[in-house]
Amino acid sequence: MSDKQESNPQNPTRREFLSTTGTTAAATLIAAYVPLAANTSAEVGPPESIGPTIEGAVPITLRINGKDRQLRVDPRTTLLDCIRESVLLTGTKKGCDHGQCGACTVHVDSRRVVSCLSLALMHDGKEITTIEGLGTPEAMHPMQASFLACDGYQCGYCTSGQIMSAVALLKEPCGPDDASVKELMSGNICRCGAYANIVAAVQQVRKQGSGV
Amino acid sequence: MHSFEFLRPENTAAAIIAAGQAKTAQQGADVRFLAGGTTLIDLMKLEVETPSRLLDINRLPFDKIEEMPDGGLKIGATVRNSDLANHARVQRDYSVLSQAILSGASAQLRNMATTAGNLLQRTRCVYFRDTAMACNKREPGSGCPAITGSNRTLAILGTSDKCIATNPSDMCVAMAALEAIIHVEGPRGARTIAFGDFHLLPGSTPHRETVLEPGDLITHVTLPPPKAGSRHVYLKLRDRASYEFALASAAVVMNLTRGSISYVRIALGGVGTKPWRSPEAEAALTGKPANAANFRQAAEAALRNAKPQSENKFKIELAKRCLTHALQTAVNG
Repeated sequence: MSDKQESNPQNPTRREFLSTTGTTAAATLIAAYVPLAANTSAEVGPPESIGPTIEGAVPITLRINGKDRQLRVDPRTTLLDCIRESVLLTGTKKGCDHGQCGACTVHVDSRRVVSCLSLALMHDGKEITTIEGLGTPEAMHPMQASFLACDGYQCGYCTSGQIMSAVALLKEPCGPDDASVKELMSGNICRCGAYANIVAAVQQVRKQGSGV
Repeated sequence: MHSFEFLRPENTAAAIIAAGQAKTAQQGADVRFLAGGTTLIDLMKLEVETPSRLLDINRLPFDKIEEMPDGGLKIGATVRNSDLANHARVQRDYSVLSQAILSGASAQLRNMATTAGNLLQRTRCVYFRDTAMACNKREPGSGCPAITGSNRTLAILGTSDKCIATNPSDMCVAMAALEAIIHVEGPRGARTIAFGDFHLLPGSTPHRETVLEPGDLITHVTLPPPKAGSRHVYLKLRDRASYEFALASAAVVMNLTRGSISYVRIALGGVGTKPWRSPEAEAALTGKPANAANFRQAAEAALRNAKPQSENKFKIELAKRCLTHALQTAVNG
């Protein structure tokens, strides 16, 4: 869950590999296909570089995981798509894309929100925390460690959203019992049904009093 | 999603002028205020809403909850639902509102959704949300397939032969019972709207959901001073224990004097085309002993004009039991 890795042509990340092969396949099928035109936002590079041109794009700055990101976004770009497609922090997942599943949960100014129902433009100047900003594989956030210890997942697709919700919950009014945790975690759907272990993971952190 | 222009007005006046250029403040509005976005962005993705201009009001000074000189409460338009529900005064004096908000949506959505946005929350009717289907609310005159179709969750009170869509809000049900006042600033100045006058019945114009006109900006909501000693209950019945819209809900604000009901306000959710205040149930209870027989009579009065659809006849009895249980819970404390 480390931050975005620097691109290394000799040793591409899984995402870069998939992205490259996907582009090649598409280019083979449709000669005129221009992959960047499909993007709705882009990170602004150093002054000397020229980023992709997006008609009507608006410059914004998001402080994501403690690092300022200067971006140009099409006004339609959701915070979710901006985080995943422009900043390339793909730990935040797109599930339903309609605010019903919680997979895209991130923190904006320390409060949990579903990033799919928010425009990136609305958050100009705001502090965003994603799963990559919580901890690293070497130094996990207590909640990440607790999910691991309690086996709070199966397929893992909802996990980053679950953990972002659980970390925010620690600072919210919440009764001590499991029922209160279930109620406040109800916005995060787990298709595998790992709920019992998720509740156990959250309660373990609350009982330890860590991560608050 | 259709493309649009994103603007952030500097102040209230600029926001009203910009929004005043809209052709309508109802379905099909080409200019929309953007607050939490939880309804609007969702519906823009579905292309149910296709505004050409969004006015972001999140940085206007409407994010405060303030005490009123008369003991009431002033709630800013962009106060987040979670902040409202967890506010100490609201929890102490307007508990029905806190209970209602916390029963709705999820913690994430409550962190985003706002007071004014919740007032304007739109129906979850599947035909409204699907542009492949006809819908008189979305496309006036196109028809209402819900009446002969999937209508299990739809309304039984306040319906017409043009629309049976349920108002999905929990917050509004509590505000109806609390007799909140909605404060609006528009091109012709400021005005107040009693809660019961704000939402419109569908009638023959289901695309008109509120009395708002182009340029009208909800600035805040006020709650009258709390009734001393009043008991507050919001009971919500639904298919899941959490994170689901109501099949039936009831908001009760009640004062008891020596076992008799000296004051009561009742509103129902999940069953009406608008947040459903029930003066009939209130009249049936006022001055009467607080007992099960009178509660049942009030529930019968509240649902007397209910008109079920093919799949939601069960809601009539469900709503009655919901109300009687809420009333009994209020008495039990």
